[in-house]
Amino acid sequence: MSESEAELDRFREEVKQWFEKNTPPPPDFILPDSFMEVGTDAQFHYLRDWQQKVYQAGYLGMSWPAEYGGGGKPLMHQNIVDAEMARLKVPFMINTIGLNWAGPLILHSGTEEQKQAYIKKILSAEEIWCQGFSEPDHGSDLGNAQTRAVKDGDEYIINGSKIWTSLGDYAAHMILLARTDPDAKSKHAGLSFFLSPMRSPGIETRPIKKLTGEYGFCQTFFNDARIPADCLIGKEGEGWQVAMTTLAFERGAVGGQAGGQSSIAIEVAEVVELARHVQREGTPAIEDPLVRDQLVQFLMEERSLRLNFARIRVPALTSERPMSIPMSGKLMASEFRRRLCRFAVSLQGSNANLYMGDDDVIDRGRWQRSYFNAFSATIGGGTSQIQKNILGERVLGLPKD
Amino acid sequence: MAKKLTIEFSEEQAMMLDTATAFCSEKSPVAKVRALLETDAGFDAEIWSEIAGLGWQGLAIPEEFGGSGLGLAELVPIIEPMGRHLMASPLVPTTLAAQALITAGTAEQKQRWLPLISAGSAIGTLGLNESHGDWDLTNLICEASIADGQIILTGEKYFVADAAVADFILVSVRLDGNPALVLLDRAAIEQGSLTREVIIDETRRCYRFDLTGISVAASCLLDVEKTMASLDLITRASWLLLSAEIAGGIAGVMDVMIEYLTTRKQFGRYIGAYQALKHPMAEILCQYEYSRSQLYYAASIFDTDKEAEIALRMSKAQGSDTFAHAGDRAIQFHGGFGFTYECDAQLYLRRANWCQYQYGDAHHHRRKLADLLL
Repeated sequence: MSESEAELDRFREEVKQWFEKNTPPPPDFILPDSFMEVGTDAQFHYLRDWQQKVYQAGYLGMSWPAEYGGGGKPLMHQNIVDAEMARLKVPFMINTIGLNWAGPLILHSGTEEQKQAYIKKILSAEEIWCQGFSEPDHGSDLGNAQTRAVKDGDEYIINGSKIWTSLGDYAAHMILLARTDPDAKSKHAGLSFFLSPMRSPGIETRPIKKLTGEYGFCQTFFNDARIPADCLIGKEGEGWQVAMTTLAFERGAVGGQAGGQSSIAIEVAEVVELARHVQREGTPAIEDPLVRDQLVQFLMEERSLRLNFARIRVPALTSERPMSIPMSGKLMASEFRRRLCRFAVSLQGSNANLYMGDDDVIDRGRWQRSYFNAFSATIGGGTSQIQKNILGERVLGLPKD
Repeated sequence: MAKKLTIEFSEEQAMMLDTATAFCSEKSPVAKVRALLETDAGFDAEIWSEIAGLGWQGLAIPEEFGGSGLGLAELVPIIEPMGRHLMASPLVPTTLAAQALITAGTAEQKQRWLPLISAGSAIGTLGLNESHGDWDLTNLICEASIADGQIILTGEKYFVADAAVADFILVSVRLDGNPALVLLDRAAIEQGSLTREVIIDETRRCYRFDLTGISVAASCLLDVEKTMASLDLITRASWLLLSAEIAGGIAGVMDVMIEYLTTRKQFGRYIGAYQALKHPMAEILCQYEYSRSQLYYAASIFDTDKEAEIALRMSKAQGSDTFAHAGDRAIQFHGGFGFTYECDAQLYLRRANWCQYQYGDAHHHRRKLADLLL
């Protein structure tokens, strides 16, 4: 059933009004740029309350089945809400891992019990989710995960350690990749995937201080932690396939996410504004021809990213390599953001050396912080270098490394 | 946040893309491309008549003149695969000449030439460039004066595509201080006035056209009032069609590179397995996707006025740089073989160079975009 443009426009207007009325005022502390950067309790509570409010208004998980707490509505509605949230730059949804990775995975591959148990609380942010893929000794090489899961009656005993656990100290659950069969024929075949509780004896989190000087990640330790056997999702030994499905959700390569923004978008227009307000040789930096050229390149790139996503809606224009745009999205968007933020720092002249916390730092130091934090996306979810391997091998058909 | 960006591409356009892709791939294998390098005309007359059979010359010509009456952007899915397979033909210059006539031709000029073009029976071309190499088409040294109902021309036009086989050439000149277009048919083109240029892209034929001494009836003048609009349309159409040729060219050079990276072995491994080659190849892929998205967006909004200039300049800038980079890397990735004339990478590098420096390079367009956007 398709709705008329007029109906959708009405809905868009209603959404716009709701967000204009209900978006909380900015707090007196600096908010993180993304769900991966939540470092204080104040930030956490502010953002969780916000997600709760958006869900209660019916603006989250709109296309998820109503029987599990979703809206049971066409995806178009969520897309409209997401676009409005981005346009109005409202705070992002804190439970991104639940909303966009774990949730779609559970709906796709989970049991009825798992769907009943988890989906609604993901949407309401009552239960925060985190991800346990990377390990201290092999960041991008997920297939080599060494955390052990040994079946013991109706439980698994987990031992090992996971790193870069965003929201680890706030999470109720973790999507966990662990090795159930160390002697399996291939390293991938020995892996299994769990929806693990986090607040359980033997599971401990230790916050990691980031290069920005803030907290935001944890290392998670499992010492003979016992989790129920029905935490398994997929079959034992299928962990690699399940992880790949999850990564496809994470990278946006397939649909099914609950919606909501997971970070504050940085637009080139903001950097253009910055260039108007900083000086070069006594005149605004925006008059410098080289600055202008850089800004235009960023504007072109920003538009190219958006146009790629416009083009994937036209199958005739992506049929030769259908996965090219979906699989390059994370690489291109994260590298773009990193370079843009670095450029914004460079525009500040000697003030580029001031940092968050100084009274005179430009824009509360957001550009310096955003530049440093931008590495979380160029490294997390498979580094840019790994992404280029994937594109080379799976999209271009080049031989394996 | 900026307004929504959508790419329009109809079923008919998708079919056109399929047809053109199959046609160009079949009719323009690289052996054929190389054989044509040696010929005077540079293209195969038989293919030109097959193209007429497909109706491509008349696609963007109004129905009253025997064409299909579609928009110019409909040529994008045709020119793109032609670029990929380096297919030579005077389709682009003929199309541009037809568009110039549609916007500024007199009733008589349109009636005489457009039906012939639609039928594939006439080749048209344009003489717009001059010795200074400036991309500004209104920077004119060539001059015209009118005396006793005759237009007397002086000066030299550069890069007149396919002039030796053209049935007519539209040349830009300065007349009373303003740009004007003059239509010169075969009878007006004096013996010895055309000199073939040595150009970097050997798949094309371009001529220097000495106008001095040519004098034609005043009725050969296009509508002076509409000349600026016509030059503007030719410019925009050139950006679009060059961007299409470029996107195809990037795909073509990627084909050459991938073929080599998956078949050539060094130190016991296929060279495409080395990250030193794999990663830049993935980067070229990403820039290619950007180029193609920019292209089809520009095609989608070609007929809108203000936004189209931005989209077209972005498309030309993005594509030009990507093609030049891909062509450059294609040589390097072929190693010693890449340094030889025999390696097909050079065909694309030369083509990339050609496309970059026609109608504004990437840097030029970014400079213009800065004024439009900042």
